[in-house]
Amino acid sequence: MGARAFAHRDLIAIGALERHEILYLLDEAEQWVALNRQAKKHVDLLSGLTIINAFFENSTRTLLSFEIAGKRLGADVVNMHAATSSVKKGETLIDTAVTLNAMRADAIVIRHASSGAVGLIASKVDCPVLNAGDGSHEHPTQALLDALALRYKLRERGMAADDFTGLVVTICGDILHSRVARSNILSLTALGASVRVCAPPALMPAGIEALGAQPFTDFDAALAGADVVMMLRLQNERMDGQFIPSPREYRHLYGLTAERLALAGEDAIVMHPGPMNRGVEIDSNVADLAGRSIITAQVEMGVALRMACLDVLTRRTRGVPGWADGEWV
Amino acid sequence: MKQLRPVTITGGKLVTASGVAEGNLRFAEGEIVSLGEQPQDGDAIVDARGALVVPGLVDLGVFDVDKPAFHFGGITRAGLMPDRSPPLDLPSRVRFVAQSGKPDFWVHPFAAATVGLEGQQLAELALMREAGAKAVATGRDWIADSGVMLRLLQYAAMLDLTVVSHAEDGGLAGRAAASAGEMATRLGLPSAPAEAEALAIARDLALAELAGARLHFRQVTTRAGLDLVRAAKARGLKITAGVTPAHFMLSDLALGGYRTFARLSPPLRREEDRLAVVDAIGDGTIDVVSSGHDPRGPEDKNLPFIDAAPGMAGAETLLPMVLTLVRDGVIDMPRAFDLLASAPARLLGVKAGLLESGYEADIALVDPVRPWVVSSAKMTAAAGNTPFDKQPVEGRVTALWKGGVAVEL
Repeated sequence: MGARAFAHRDLIAIGALERHEILYLLDEAEQWVALNRQAKKHVDLLSGLTIINAFFENSTRTLLSFEIAGKRLGADVVNMHAATSSVKKGETLIDTAVTLNAMRADAIVIRHASSGAVGLIASKVDCPVLNAGDGSHEHPTQALLDALALRYKLRERGMAADDFTGLVVTICGDILHSRVARSNILSLTALGASVRVCAPPALMPAGIEALGAQPFTDFDAALAGADVVMMLRLQNERMDGQFIPSPREYRHLYGLTAERLALAGEDAIVMHPGPMNRGVEIDSNVADLAGRSIITAQVEMGVALRMACLDVLTRRTRGVPGWADGEWV
Repeated sequence: MKQLRPVTITGGKLVTASGVAEGNLRFAEGEIVSLGEQPQDGDAIVDARGALVVPGLVDLGVFDVDKPAFHFGGITRAGLMPDRSPPLDLPSRVRFVAQSGKPDFWVHPFAAATVGLEGQQLAELALMREAGAKAVATGRDWIADSGVMLRLLQYAAMLDLTVVSHAEDGGLAGRAAASAGEMATRLGLPSAPAEAEALAIARDLALAELAGARLHFRQVTTRAGLDLVRAAKARGLKITAGVTPAHFMLSDLALGGYRTFARLSPPLRREEDRLAVVDAIGDGTIDVVSSGHDPRGPEDKNLPFIDAAPGMAGAETLLPMVLTLVRDGVIDMPRAFDLLASAPARLLGVKAGLLESGYEADIALVDPVRPWVVSSAKMTAAAGNTPFDKQPVEGRVTALWKGGVAVEL
């Protein structure tokens, strides 16, 4: 198939991908789902390559997921935490990028608190860059792993489609500050789903319709007939001022309780990118609902999906036939 | 430096309030002596070869004294914002910067309205006026406390100083880096409703009316804000409004790719607001177009968008951008130089910005169709942070005199 299947050096934003490219990454991830379910979960595909995980913002699951993905593919994985880096000593982001580049990484995974920061670093380095979340902009691997987990669940239920045509997905929570929401809106709509977003007005970004999502403030209305309910947490760390009166009040209006879930479509699937605030945006009996909640499957798929991304993006470096030349964007 | 020998410019087209006409311009001892008369014996003769002869531009509200860029742009005087480090909130600082451009450039400092530009305690405005301040400015920010703003306007009215206000409600604008809308949402940037401007203008207009003060909004960038200014002028209030070319040339689409050179304060607006600014220039609601010149190096701009400082280097592109409005038929040539020179000079109370006898011989020759390409990498300014990088433009200053003395370009 060659590089035309995925003609990007970096993975910065779902907004930069075509539908066929999203599907290609999902298809590529399936082999790794299978591998990860075996006892021996290791291949030497990326043997000899160095991957740097540069996290300028705290993370547990995404960092761990990328680290495991790199190691299972046989790469040398190094983690850089902002808390222990020279960033704290006043080094500029560009200088940090140039430093990482000089260490000849073969791929750099970056998380940063500022929207656009990962793209800025990518423009200064010579190797593929994977965005592990930049501010309130995008978190592309999260949207891809969500799509992968959802597709697995739908197939388990006997639905054969590759994409999500006809599916109604309701995303509820802090849409304003959420990069996960933005990436998922773009990815889910590209794959054919109708996306509803639900939040109190203060947490709903202006012009969200232009991204292809239908906005709601009434959670009950947003749930009616939904096939998938994706809950997001309140990102208190990104809030500049008070956006909601209290967590208790938030739960009253926007918490996914068992009673609320009953308003959604029959057997509606429950998702959450984590970390969850149980008892705020989601109740435990919903989060742990067997057969309906795929929250832990999302984590599992995350490793496989990131393995696929690291594999695809390093093919050029590794000289994989068909991936050495061609147009890169 | 004094003008030693009278000069007559021949063969040019003089741009005056009444129109564009071929004719000679004679100036001596730093002042314009006559229009349309023949050169006298002993005059230095300059052949303009058909170029426009215009008043040197008066740039109202710049953030840096960047002479090479100002001269490139035909700017001979600038009103300097008080946002310096330290701010212009003491007479001594005002006196110092008032002299800092001479002899070939005149700086007219704006006194900081409040101590430290913190919006709380009035600064010594009368003493700063003595020291050379030509207006009072709130700085990059709005004064949030309405009581302070009222007392400022009353005091400035007594001193006959214009108050230059930044029209953005601080509570609403917060840490926003963009106007709320599709673009900010796609980019995930903190944004504020563009209505933050109209809110600020509405309050300041009410207070200015109460105080009987002269109030200038340095930048009015939204339809709602412009409607308020238009209505206030119709009521006879002493209100003037300005804008920079960014807000009539660009919309928030320019933020794409997180281009920090397009990070401005107030932020770029939606396309319908841009069109409203063009209309407002056409119908006279906007009185002044200035550069907002604020050169920012890579330390301030080569950063993630939110962390970058707002501001653009605008002195070199001010004239060609305004000339696009002439080419598009929005305004005529005399009005262009009213926006760029006469109106800001009137606002500052200086006898400049007009080709008229007795006025300061601040004069530029302009080739209005000379093509060139704006290049961030090759700017004369202290930094190349222009949102117009790589844009082909027309119009270039070919000669410049400050107080009758030729300036090397």
